Amino acid sequence: MDRESLISLYRQMLLIRVFEDRAAEMYAKAKIAGFLHLYNGQEAIAVGAVSALNPDDEIVVNYRDHGWALARGCSARAVMAELFGRATGTTGGRGGSMHLVDVSRHFWGGYAIVGGHLPLAVGLGVAAQYLGTGRVTLCSMGDGSTNIGTFHAAMNWAKLWNVPVIFVVENNQYAMGTAYEVHSAVPMLTKAAGYNMYAEEVDGMDVMAVREAVCRAAERARSGLGPSFLNMVTYRFRGHSMADPDVQRSKEEIAEWRKRDPITRFADEVLLKRELVTQADLDAIRKSVEEEVEDAIQFADQSPEPPLESLYDYIYMQPVSNMQIGGSLIRPPKLGGRVAPNGKHHVSAQTSYA
Amino acid sequence: MPEITYREALKRALREEMQRDPTVVIWGEDVVAYAGGGAYGVTAGLAKEFPGRVRDTPIAEEAIVGVGLGAAMGGLRPVCEIMTVNFTLVAWDQIVNHVAKQSHMFNGQIKVPMVIRTPNGHGRTAATHSQNFDAWFASIPSLKVVAPATPYDAKGLLKTAIRDDDPVIFLEHLQLYSTRGEVPDEEYLIPIGEADYKRRGKDITIVTWGRMTIESLKAAKILAEEGIDVEIVDLRTLRPMDVPTILESVRKTNRAIVVEEGWRTCGLGAEIAATIQEQAFNYLDAPVARVAGLEVPMPYARNLERATIPFAEDVVEAVRAMMRNEY
Amino acid sequence: MPTNITMPQMGFDMTEGTIAAWLKKEGDMVTRGEPIAEIETDKTTIQIEAFASGVLRKIIAQPGQRVPVGEVIAIIADPSEAIDEPIARAATPQPESSVLPQPAESVATSVVVSGVVPEGSERIVATPVAKRIAQEHGIDLRLVKGSGPEGRITKADVEAFLASMPKAAPAPPAPAVAPVAAPAPAALPPQPQPEPVPVVGIKQPLSRMRQTIAARMAASKQQVPHFYITVSVEMDAALALREQINAALKSEGVKVSINDMVIRAAALALRRFPNLNASFMNDGIQMHDHINIGVAVSVPDGLVTVTVRDADTKSLKQISQEMTALAARAREGKMLPSDYGGQTFTISNLGMYGVDNFIAIVNQPDAAILAVATAQPMPVVREGQIVIRTMMNLTLSGDHRVTDGAEAAQFLNEIKRLLENPWGLVL
Repeated sequence: MDRESLISLYRQMLLIRVFEDRAAEMYAKAKIAGFLHLYNGQEAIAVGAVSALNPDDEIVVNYRDHGWALARGCSARAVMAELFGRATGTTGGRGGSMHLVDVSRHFWGGYAIVGGHLPLAVGLGVAAQYLGTGRVTLCSMGDGSTNIGTFHAAMNWAKLWNVPVIFVVENNQYAMGTAYEVHSAVPMLTKAAGYNMYAEEVDGMDVMAVREAVCRAAERARSGLGPSFLNMVTYRFRGHSMADPDVQRSKEEIAEWRKRDPITRFADEVLLKRELVTQADLDAIRKSVEEEVEDAIQFADQSPEPPLESLYDYIYMQPVSNMQIGGSLIRPPKLGGRVAPNGKHHVSAQTSYA
Repeated sequence: MPEITYREALKRALREEMQRDPTVVIWGEDVVAYAGGGAYGVTAGLAKEFPGRVRDTPIAEEAIVGVGLGAAMGGLRPVCEIMTVNFTLVAWDQIVNHVAKQSHMFNGQIKVPMVIRTPNGHGRTAATHSQNFDAWFASIPSLKVVAPATPYDAKGLLKTAIRDDDPVIFLEHLQLYSTRGEVPDEEYLIPIGEADYKRRGKDITIVTWGRMTIESLKAAKILAEEGIDVEIVDLRTLRPMDVPTILESVRKTNRAIVVEEGWRTCGLGAEIAATIQEQAFNYLDAPVARVAGLEVPMPYARNLERATIPFAEDVVEAVRAMMRNEY
Repeated sequence: MPTNITMPQMGFDMTEGTIAAWLKKEGDMVTRGEPIAEIETDKTTIQIEAFASGVLRKIIAQPGQRVPVGEVIAIIADPSEAIDEPIARAATPQPESSVLPQPAESVATSVVVSGVVPEGSERIVATPVAKRIAQEHGIDLRLVKGSGPEGRITKADVEAFLASMPKAAPAPPAPAVAPVAAPAPAALPPQPQPEPVPVVGIKQPLSRMRQTIAARMAASKQQVPHFYITVSVEMDAALALREQINAALKSEGVKVSINDMVIRAAALALRRFPNLNASFMNDGIQMHDHINIGVAVSVPDGLVTVTVRDADTKSLKQISQEMTALAARAREGKMLPSDYGGQTFTISNLGMYGVDNFIAIVNQPDAAILAVATAQPMPVVREGQIVIRTMMNLTLSGDHRVTDGAEAAQFLNEIKRLLENPWGLVL
């Protein structure tokens, strides 16, 4: 990789880190609501993996998806606005933190039911295979996903149909608060072995290692060798979500993993060591990243909430002529008058009271 | 017009759509090899006709639906067969949390042009294999749910469902596969969301769908001899429901009975009855009544099974009672 | 710049937290990301981090204190900075915006059946469509026998009732004043179509009240076999007594009218002729326990009937006061539900319009209605002499299904007697 590309990897990881820290702050300030799962510590996986893929390769991830969206090129503005629930977000405030998406970038979204997106990723792979597009589908998941039925159904199907899919386990050692040894009967790679699937264990906190592993897996997929399984060992520096008091992990354990911080490691062991940058360069990058995130926060805060009239948009992509929402009315209309707004599918003639 | 079976009508729809659009594929358990194609023979022969496009899958309903979903997102039009509706429960997370969420939750960025075909039904198959979840499916926003009663409707609706850009749950029925009806050779489509008057009448409206449409038609014939003129509204599409047609009929007859095969509590009949009273209250001459399945897990024994499911005679009794002002 | 540390939201269901402990003291240096306090929520204890670096200058919320999310619990600033004392309250978290549509404009509801079924009567069990058809045809559902469960009236019952009614000739134009029970809206009834005439002039849309009047009057004329009896009443004694009473009650602001006296007279007469205080039902004649006198009141858009309840038990003064209030509320369109309906007999008075005589249409379900004309000086024969007396014509319209001419005549003469010997109204 050339200097610019390496610096770009660093900047992306740092952007994710700063973004997540500020998101935590915005959550504490109640600008963000619901669930917020942060990516601190795992930045190398999204950044390294995306750098190894073509722009039209498919990406499907779980709900810890901010890093993936940013790595795939979604703007910090759009992602932050989505967290704020604003019209300018990646889904116009529909999905929130767990459901970022940008289909124009072949980023098919974050999915919030553990393991639920694995069959879907296989399906994207089957479509690519059937249509001969040559695209590879990358599907990331947490280690906790590897015990649920859909994991096994998806692994079996992918191998059975030789689907061009890369399963990436972001093995951060905990399924929410349950440690790996407590939730998994067998070592991770054994699960791939059970399906006779090509598998690698990867240092998930080394962006270059991630990139190279995904390159190999994508190459295999493109050359017709089928699915791969990459166990990327990593650690999240924050709790499972903002509501997690993080008492189940010892301070010593967290401190130990922090020594392997993918961002400082990449700076120290690659950029500075190879004299590709100076500390001043790194400081300038940090400053620009902080400005970008601050701008995203301002943008999100000033963005409008989605219009109420949009509530019924895309209930169906192909509307039905004489439907009433829900088979009934949202609430009783005015006697003999118009009905509550129901978006594109509003048919006043049929919705007045008898 | 030639008469063919419901099963044959479905197969013709599949064949025509596969000929028309190379992205249409059929995946399911035993749709290729077993018994020549499909547990109920709907896909028989299609695998030979369309090599590589009709494929057997593992017995993993969550994956059949999930992989179908991903393929639909990726540019195919999969028709996924779930062997019976009972097994859709395994795929319920996929259907509700994934298939039905994509278009709205992702703000129109993703469309899901897939069909999930599965039969309702019973046939001495006992509790876990004799169920009906029409109301569950019909309660999910963003799903389209279709339940044709006749070969004609089955063909026209399946073709439309395959061409539709939204996910369609296509509910067939074990007891209907061998029924026969007129189906023209020429191509036709039936729009999703339109009910059909299966019989015009002035005295009472029966709102129904699927197998109960056939039972209601039998009942109407008996009642006609007694001078009771029944109108039958066959919903055909359960979601989005054709409420205007239901109301049009009830405003004329002033009486309505919803006939459904599934359980009464929280059944679709409850929804329809509520809708009628909300929107046609001043036209009612009697409470809206329901004929529904009895609320027990289906027993195996012949007599108990028969007692559990509604038949034409139950519809006849209900109509007579309403005409005698007993409701 | 000083930074307020606010009670953080740590979880989607957290609205407040308790300070469990401060991990830093006032004056300590803190760096961004460093834990500074422990917060206890109803679920757990969680460390909160500083979102700014600087000196913990001020601890505002003490351990044990419960603080809503978003309120300031501490202030971080540079050592030398001035900080606002005592408490800079942060903006409280912005409430989640509702994504549901706003409530609809309020819906003006109306009691649809009250135009047909007088208030206070027994609840009528009828199907919705039966009620609607009855209303369209101005049918009093109390007259219809129900064939459904628990006597519920069905569409078929109403249709049979309609079919059994004599087919009336096209109704003559409604009288200038005819009583209606209540200003309730009603659907427009089907009207016999007159011969086509060239369309000239402006067509006024029918008001709700006009529709109701049209429906009710047409129905009464079609259903009730009317007969009419007129008497002339010498009013001089009554007028003289009225002057005396009003002089006596002047200080109280009470002014008894001729109409009040007619109300009182009619109420007392009804006591003696209970058959006139009755309603025709399909299966019998309903005798009423109370004597409630309905009085037609002209209002800007038509007319309404107000009800003086238990009029036979009320004094002239009470009747006068009540009528004043009822008429005022009726004209202002501010009638209370108890102001109308439930009448058992109705009076329509056109005395103020200088009419010699007129005939009213029975206000169903009453058995009769009394039309009161103008009291005016007339030559009359007394003891063989032509003299001038103040005469007032009363015309009773009776429902021949309930009462007959002889009875009605005696009843009317009782009213006449009471008015001509007016002390009976007072004593």
